Amino acid sequence: MGKVLILTKRKKPGDWARFLLTWAAGFITVAVLLYLVIFIMVKGIPHIKPSLFAFTYTPENQSLFPALVTTVLMVGFTLAVAVPFGVSTAVYLVEYASRGSRLVRVIRTTTETLAGIPSIVYGLFGYIFFCDLLGWGKSILAGCFTLAVMVLPIIIRTTEESLKSIPDAYREGSFGLGAGRLRTVFRVILPCAAPGIFAGVILAIGRIVGETAALLYTIGSVIQLPENLFSQGRTLALHVYNLAAEGLYNDQAYATAVVLLAVVFGINLLAARVERKFIRAVS
Amino acid sequence: MIKYKLESVDLWYRDFQALKNVSIDIKANQITAYIGPSGCGKSTLIKSLNRMNDLIEGCKITGKLLLDGEDIYGNIDVNLLRKKVGMVFQKPNPFPMSIYDNIAFGPRTHGIKSRYKLDDIVEKALKDAAIWEETKDRLKKSALSLSGGQQQRLCIARALAVEPDVLLMDEPTSALDPISTAKIEDLMSELKKKYTVVIVTHNMQQATRISDYTAFFLLGEMIEFGDTKTIFSMPKNKKTEDYITGRFG
Amino acid sequence: MRGVFFTAALASVLAVALICVFLFAQGLPPMLKIGVLDFLTGQRWRPTAAEPSFGILPMILGSVYITGGAVILGVPVGILTAIFMAEMCPKPVYRFLKPAISLMAGVPSVIYGFFGMMVLVPAIFEVFGKRFDMMSGNSMLAASILLAIMILPTVISIAETNIRAVPRELYEGAVALGASHERAVFKVMVPAARSGVLAAVVLGIGRAIGETMAVRMVAGNQTVMRMPYEFFSGTRTLTSNIILEMGYVERGSLHFGAIVATGAVLFVFILGINLLFSVLNQDIEKKRNKKGAG
Repeated sequence: MGKVLILTKRKKPGDWARFLLTWAAGFITVAVLLYLVIFIMVKGIPHIKPSLFAFTYTPENQSLFPALVTTVLMVGFTLAVAVPFGVSTAVYLVEYASRGSRLVRVIRTTTETLAGIPSIVYGLFGYIFFCDLLGWGKSILAGCFTLAVMVLPIIIRTTEESLKSIPDAYREGSFGLGAGRLRTVFRVILPCAAPGIFAGVILAIGRIVGETAALLYTIGSVIQLPENLFSQGRTLALHVYNLAAEGLYNDQAYATAVVLLAVVFGINLLAARVERKFIRAVS
Repeated sequence: MIKYKLESVDLWYRDFQALKNVSIDIKANQITAYIGPSGCGKSTLIKSLNRMNDLIEGCKITGKLLLDGEDIYGNIDVNLLRKKVGMVFQKPNPFPMSIYDNIAFGPRTHGIKSRYKLDDIVEKALKDAAIWEETKDRLKKSALSLSGGQQQRLCIARALAVEPDVLLMDEPTSALDPISTAKIEDLMSELKKKYTVVIVTHNMQQATRISDYTAFFLLGEMIEFGDTKTIFSMPKNKKTEDYITGRFG
Repeated sequence: MRGVFFTAALASVLAVALICVFLFAQGLPPMLKIGVLDFLTGQRWRPTAAEPSFGILPMILGSVYITGGAVILGVPVGILTAIFMAEMCPKPVYRFLKPAISLMAGVPSVIYGFFGMMVLVPAIFEVFGKRFDMMSGNSMLAASILLAIMILPTVISIAETNIRAVPRELYEGAVALGASHERAVFKVMVPAARSGVLAAVVLGIGRAIGETMAVRMVAGNQTVMRMPYEFFSGTRTLTSNIILEMGYVERGSLHFGAIVATGAVLFVFILGINLLFSVLNQDIEKKRNKKGAG
């Protein structure tokens, strides 16, 4: 009796191993990420100069300004195509279709399939379909449509989720006041879900800004300020790729990479913020 | 013989005091039941007997809790304490592995590797929990394939497999149907021959049927403690009487 | 208005249909012309030779080896990090780690590729170059290491979510039997989440097989058949074959058809992986529902 529960605060060897393994893995993950980010920053920040943002790109001055403009254009036009389709799809799935119907299942499966397709396959498809078959050639327009298909699943999924998180009481309240389904969707549901949809749109922007493989052969790699939708162009990410592949302008490549990273991180932080706000608002 | 000796135990969850000055002796090889309305602290108290409360953030406990004369909140190995004090939960919680591996998990945790020994332990534990007949031909099947009542008896067997001294049962039948409940109640009178049993129940009939001692809790305080028969036939306290006659709770 | 929403909803169905139709309509005939077996098991890719040959076995194997290497290197770190985040790390660490992982997922592949070019490739050449008579650091190893890094966020976030979804009662049950925290986590919680962890790995594989730019920038891209142990040599993957050849291919030629066919083969690979992923997810759902009922 007594003194059975002697103190052995020391972990057993097996537990030590498990403990250390998980800490080591966490450390490796963080170290790799930090190393990558810091390396790019250290190499790139010293080369961020005003000339990098000059109006035109010349062989003497590898300005990223045209690429920046093209990127902004790409984001705008891609979203202009993808968001109406994506949001409408989600509205149909959540507000109109009967749950578990065959069609809903088909749409969901195709959305999942789209989400899993690698960007190079989108690039190939975009080249065959938009550039070649529709005769748009390598152009901003073809690039936009290619990317629109690519980000469609992101927008559908996030919109669907934020629509689902709106309590049914809101819908019933609106119906109870005599509003029809359409009015309810536009006046009650979509405004409530807007921050969630917005978070999805921001995620989509992140994808568009970072994309290269789907764009290389759909918008080309000409570096110039775009004149119209049929101009070829080069986004920031493509610009980094081309500078890196040429191997002649590594300093500028680092600097452009810093700008690209900064944009992507900014977008990420914004998305996280919006999402947090939305979660707080709904719950 | 006294198994657990509790002296003026106070327990807080952050600012909320869940137990107030509880003193109680738990006798060995007897069944002690804790009853009371929900939120009265009975579950909190049983969880402090094997320090499961440690898992809850912001939980602080003061006072003396002695198990066989040893301070269980003193300088001890919590894992050994929990080996000595088994626990069965409100909802059956079999691990998603085979019936055999469920039972063998505890012994393996405490260093038993020999296949022969494990086979023996598993058989014995399942027999002690009166579920051997139903499971002996399907030991390799997933424990999740059992019915709710069988799962709970499996969890009892799993607790017995580490050869504890004490068995804590936190409303073990509240999620079960009457037939399964009856089986587990029958089992408990067998169990007390070997183990000290503490059970939390919201079911007063259950307490009268199975327990030797009963403690009644209200709002974190122990109102009355004594012989089960006495408590239920002539409670000393007015609140106890109100509760057992169903006037509130 | 219902009709408008409905029509829009068909857009994604239409997109998948178009992608399938065009990949196969333009990929299958050339494949048949080359000979399906010659195409899939041919060891020589000489698209512009006088007597061209279109064998993509080197690329299929390249994709498999490089992805395999990435899985071997990345998955253990990923799963352990997920366990670390779900069960082991102190809260302040988690508050830093969680956004860091989602940031990592957001880094564009071209940046990973550039980093690989400038850091990984020279480092590999430095360490192994002389000993293994390497021409450059561009190699299967470089691609595998880079992909291992790139799949980390995918593997980590899905595995973490699924480990967290395991009911807390199981942990309590294990601890109540006297198991230490580590043992309860490794022997009960993680095994209970195994289909979810497997799903994370499968999705990671999907990402690795589909990655193009980063691989193209560090893998060397030779069209030579490699053996798995030749990880210090360069090779080409299905994805990088497409991106490289698209640059100079003549439209409408058999060569172009062979590239589209490469895309079709890649697409089939990905569809298989997606299918596996959704089967695993259904398994997770089923288990969750079973628990809900019980």
